[in-house]
Amino acid sequence: MKSKTINVNYMARVEGEGALHVDIQNGEVTDAKLNIFEPPRYFEALLRGRDFSEAPDITSRICGICPVAYQMSSCHAMEDIMDITIGGPIRELRRLLYCGEWIESHALHVFMLHAPDFLGYQDALQMAKDFPEQVKMGLRLKKIGNDLMTLLGGRSVHPVSAKVGGFYKAPNPKDLDIIVGDLEWAKDASLETVQWVTTLSFPDFEPDYEYVSLCHPEEYPLNEGRIVSNKGLDIPISEYERFFVEEHEKHSTALRSHRIGGGAYLVGPLARYNLNYDKLTKTVQKAAEKAGIAESCNNPYKSIIVRSLELAYACEEALRIIREYKKPDQPAVEIIPRAGRGYGCTEAPRGILYHRYDIDEEGKILDGKIVPPTSQNQLMIENDLRDYVQQHLDADDDELQWKCEQIVRNYDPCISCSVHFLNLKLNRK
Amino acid sequence: MEEKTKPKLAVWKFASCDGCQLTLLNCEDELLSIADKIQIAYFPEATRAEIEGPYDLSLVEGSVTTPHDKERIQKIRKESKFLISIGACATAGGIQALRNFKDVDEFTSIVYASPEYIDTLKTSTPISDHVKVDFELRGCPISPQQLIETINAFLFDRSPRIPSYSVCVECKRRGIPCVMVSQGIPCMGPVTQAGCGSICPFYNRGCYSCFGPKETANPRSLSRQFSEMGYNNDQLVRTYRTFNAQAVEFKKESEYHEK
Repeated sequence: MKSKTINVNYMARVEGEGALHVDIQNGEVTDAKLNIFEPPRYFEALLRGRDFSEAPDITSRICGICPVAYQMSSCHAMEDIMDITIGGPIRELRRLLYCGEWIESHALHVFMLHAPDFLGYQDALQMAKDFPEQVKMGLRLKKIGNDLMTLLGGRSVHPVSAKVGGFYKAPNPKDLDIIVGDLEWAKDASLETVQWVTTLSFPDFEPDYEYVSLCHPEEYPLNEGRIVSNKGLDIPISEYERFFVEEHEKHSTALRSHRIGGGAYLVGPLARYNLNYDKLTKTVQKAAEKAGIAESCNNPYKSIIVRSLELAYACEEALRIIREYKKPDQPAVEIIPRAGRGYGCTEAPRGILYHRYDIDEEGKILDGKIVPPTSQNQLMIENDLRDYVQQHLDADDDELQWKCEQIVRNYDPCISCSVHFLNLKLNRK
Repeated sequence: MEEKTKPKLAVWKFASCDGCQLTLLNCEDELLSIADKIQIAYFPEATRAEIEGPYDLSLVEGSVTTPHDKERIQKIRKESKFLISIGACATAGGIQALRNFKDVDEFTSIVYASPEYIDTLKTSTPISDHVKVDFELRGCPISPQQLIETINAFLFDRSPRIPSYSVCVECKRRGIPCVMVSQGIPCMGPVTQAGCGSICPFYNRGCYSCFGPKETANPRSLSRQFSEMGYNNDQLVRTYRTFNAQAVEFKKESEYHEK
C-alpha cells in the first residue's frame, strides 16, 4: 500500500475559513487535521473594559449564522452575576427567538450545505436543476426562520431587540399571529423533509461518541439546563471549566476542547437528540420512529435526519409559544450591576455555547471566556476523519476527499465562531 | 441565460463573522433568479465548485488583519472588474478594529495560550486602505434589499441607489417617534447612515450605528447632547468604538474624548 496525502485547501459549504489535511503512510492514517486559518479577532480581549450591557451585541458579531446563541449565552451569564432568573413570557420570547435561529440555521444546513453531498452536487443551486421542489421548500423554510427572527428582533443577522434582563420591546400577541400560518406550513414541510432525507444513502459509520448537551427536566434544551453526557457527566453550567479544557494547537487559530482526563466529545443535534429524545413532541417522536432512528442515532451522516427532526420541533415549539403568549407587563427586568462572576450556556444550532464573565461593581467587564461549539467538536471531527479514512483506504482519492469534506460538514461547523476553523489535505506517502 | 455569457460573481471572505455573505443566501426569494442572471463562480460558503477568474463582480466581506490577507486582496483586485466591499468589517475594519487602539500582542496573549502560533497585523483595516474599491456597502450586517439593489445596479451598469442621509430620515418615514426627544434615550441616529430601516428606534432603543457615519456627520454636536444626558468620557469613547470604530469621523471623535 503506497502512501499519500489528501489536501483540501479551502473547505466549502461551511461557515468560515479552514482546510483539511490527512496523512497516510503504509496503510496507516498517521495524521488527520482540521486547519483553522480564520484570522483571529480577539473577542475576549476587546470585551475587557466594556460595559456588561454591551456583551450581547458585541459577542453576536462572533457569528452571523448564530448571533442569537451569542446574545442568549451572554445575557444568561450576566444575569447569573446579578442572581436574576428570567421567567414567564420574557423567557418564552427568548425561546421563540431561538426557535427562529434554529429554523433558519438548520434549513440552511440541511438543504444548502449538507443535502448536495448525498446527491453528488457541488451546491444547492446545481441541485435545484434536478430537485427544484426540495430546494424551493428549503429556501422557504429558511425564510420563515429569518422572518420569525425579524419579527422579534428587527433583522435575522444580529437582531437588535434582546438585552440583559429581557427585551427592549415585547410584541403584542396579535403581532405574532401573522407568522402562524407560515409556521404551520413549516412544521408540515419539516416533517416532509424528514421523510425525504431518510431516503438518502448513508455510509455505515457509528463511532462510540461521548455526547454532551444541556438537559432540562421539562423541555428540549435551548436556553437552560444542566450539562450532561451519555458517559455519566451531570454538572451545573458553572462547573464547565472543571471538566472541559481548551488547547491551542499550532495548526489552528482556533482553540480545541477536550474532556479533562478524557478525550474528544460531540456537541450539537446528535448529542441533544440522544440525550433528550423523551422531551421531543409526540409528532416529532412519531416521525423519528418512521425514519428508523427512534430513541437514538449514532451515525454522524444521519445528523441530516436529526436536524430535520429538530426543525420540525422548533416549528411546533414556536407555535406553542405563540399560542400561549401573553404580553409581559415590562419587556425586561431592571438590572443593577454588582461585582462577580457569572456563567451562561445555551444550545446554539451546532451545539453548546459557553460564556463566562467577571465584572466589577460598576458593571465593567474584567474578563471573559467564550467556548463556541465548533472548537468543542474539532477534536471529534479529526477523530472521525482518521477513523473513516482508515476504514476506506481503498477508495479513490476524489471519492475519499469528498467523503472527508462531508465528515466535516456533518458537524455543521462554524469556523468563524471557533476562532477565538478548514482546508482537506490527504497525504498518502 | 447561457452560463458562458453570464457575468461572473465571486464572494471573498476576510476577517468577519460571515453574516454579510450569509445575507446573499438570505435573499431566499431572489436567490434562484440571481443565479439565473449571474454565474456564481466563487462562493465557498455556498459551493464546492470553483471557476477561475477574472471575475466581473467581486463582493468582499471582512477586514484585513494578517500579512497573508494583505497580499490576497491585491490578487483579488487584479482579478476583478468591479470590487464592492460589503459590511462594516470591509468598509471600516469592523469590531476587530478595536485592536487598533490597543497593543495587539497583549490581545494575543489574553486569547491564545501559545501566542507564537499567531501571525497577525497590528491593525484591522478596511479593504479601501489596500486597494481601489468601486463601491462600499455599509452595515453590520448589510441590508438584503441594499445588496440586491447593488447587484442590480451592477447588472444594468448604473450607480446603486443607496441613500447617504441619516437614520433620522428613516424614522420620520416610518412614523417612529424620536426616542431621544420623547424618551431621553441616547441615539446615534443623527450621525448614522440610513439603510437598516430604523430598527433600533422601532424596538425602543437608541441606534448604535451599525451603518457607520452618514455623509457630513457632526458627531461633536451629538456628543454634547449625550454629555448633557449624563454620559461621561468613557461612555462617549465606547459609543464611537463599536462596529465602525475605524471610520474617520468616529475614530476622531472617540480619540477626542479619550484625552
